[in-house]
Amino acid sequence: MKILVYIQRDGDSIIRNSLEALAGAQKFAAESGGEITAVCFDQGLTNKLTDYNISEVVNVSNDVLNSYSPLHFTTAMEEVIGETSPDVVIFGHTYEVRDWVPRLSARLDAPFISDCLDADGSAELTGIRQVYQGKINTNVSANGLVLISFQSGAYRADSIESGSATTRTLDLDLSSVPTSIRPGERFKESKGGVDLTRAAIVVSVGRGIGKEENIPLIEELKDALDAELGASRPVVDYGWLPHERQVGSSGQAVTPKMYLAVGISGAIQHQVGMKGADNIVAINKDSNAPIFEISDYGVVGDLFEILPKLSQSIKDYKS
Amino acid sequence: MKICVLMKQVPDKDAALTIDGTGLGIETNNLTFVTNESDNYALEEALLLKEAHGGEVVVCTLGEESSLQVVKDALSKGADRGLFLRDDAFNNLDILSLSKVFATALKNENFDLIFSGLQSDDEGNGQLGLLIAEHLDTSHASLVMETDMVDDSTIKVKCELESGWFQWSELDFPASLTIQSGINTPRYASLRGIMMMKKKTIDTKSAEDLEISPTPQTTTTKMYIPEKTKETMYVDGTTDEIVSKLVDIFANNIKIL
Repeated sequence: MKILVYIQRDGDSIIRNSLEALAGAQKFAAESGGEITAVCFDQGLTNKLTDYNISEVVNVSNDVLNSYSPLHFTTAMEEVIGETSPDVVIFGHTYEVRDWVPRLSARLDAPFISDCLDADGSAELTGIRQVYQGKINTNVSANGLVLISFQSGAYRADSIESGSATTRTLDLDLSSVPTSIRPGERFKESKGGVDLTRAAIVVSVGRGIGKEENIPLIEELKDALDAELGASRPVVDYGWLPHERQVGSSGQAVTPKMYLAVGISGAIQHQVGMKGADNIVAINKDSNAPIFEISDYGVVGDLFEILPKLSQSIKDYKS
Repeated sequence: MKICVLMKQVPDKDAALTIDGTGLGIETNNLTFVTNESDNYALEEALLLKEAHGGEVVVCTLGEESSLQVVKDALSKGADRGLFLRDDAFNNLDILSLSKVFATALKNENFDLIFSGLQSDDEGNGQLGLLIAEHLDTSHASLVMETDMVDDSTIKVKCELESGWFQWSELDFPASLTIQSGINTPRYASLRGIMMMKKKTIDTKSAEDLEISPTPQTTTTKMYIPEKTKETMYVDGTTDEIVSKLVDIFANNIKIL
């Protein structure tokens, strides 16, 4: 199997999802006896890749690729694929990838099996996807060229095998790519935003809290535990807590010692942001809530009865 | 301005799901279906733009007969016209082959804007609007959380990127946008809207009408309820018992007190 791995930039370094995808690629290469080519759109990344067990690193050199531009990225990758003829192209499932790779899929008429948990590379590559909000898994395969992306945490970046790779620069003329999409500068919304990623304890609240007026209940528990406050998407969408507190695929990914999920059902997009916690404790009134699938400790019960007493008991214990 | 909104009917989020006899799909008898959550935000954004700038909103869905409800609900809320893609040949298509069905159906409509929810709550591909953008050669943006009309052929959109970053992009018409949940507050249908809905047109198109014979480009080899990877210790009893057990777990098992 000829494998092409796309390496995405994150500032001056490689985004973790891409390293995880590379670790996955090495696994499939071992299973199928294949070889790996890595492609990046940034000269600076090339040197960071040469110490890995990869056959070749292709660097696409064109200034227009220095910042994200979906139409230019699509055309650049189309050219690289044409030039390297891979059987499979592997991506980390980042925001950029979910924005431009579907276009590539349509252009090449090659299916994009996205956001996979894992894949089996022993025969033709079979991706394992979560569907129905993580309640069900499906195994999906395709004939011919296939594009596949892996969700954060699918493979371990620290398991990448080292080795040595040759490098090659590809000069592409992208001057004919349309400019119908004109991305502006990236920016952060709030200065000094909340960094939940360093918190030892995160107390997170979901739709189950019912209304904004009930938020003080969770804040009291957060204070008692000396924790950071997190939230699921609906709580942020309703405006009950600011966006910067959101945990999940469109918010922050946290890995605290304890993640206490209160009134959070645990949709797949939320789980992506917190399943790496050392200990997950869930309080939810619905015993079927998916959050219990990944919890170490579970309480099926009424948060409005439990929270006030729990906050008080923790304060009593600490004093 | 002519706006198309792609909407989909999906099982209710709280529904308990089981695998059907084929082992490749879910049991749909007795399931409750609803409109995909983010599609409601896409519809609302289209209606708001139409109200501010004039034009037409066409709602388009593909699915079983029951999906017609999605179109009716959208028409009740103020969409002008419905497009219903219905054929057994559309069942069990993957997202790439489905996108070609949509592209064929939408091509001659020459929409200025195509809106869809960012992701469906069933298959969760998050690709349809972007695949269509390529097929129809439109500009695109995904995870749009704010829109701002620049002139009658240009729109600015604010998108969400990784780890708290945002970006405004300017797009030429035609454009396909996938809309993030929470971008607006979806309206409810008024009684008057429901009465008006009955007079609005819904065009149903089959594969034959579209002169296509779609074929799936991926194969689902297995569908299954994932095995639980973690052993959950359930804490039960009266509220007081639960609280004291939790404090004990925090202090002695997790060691954070």
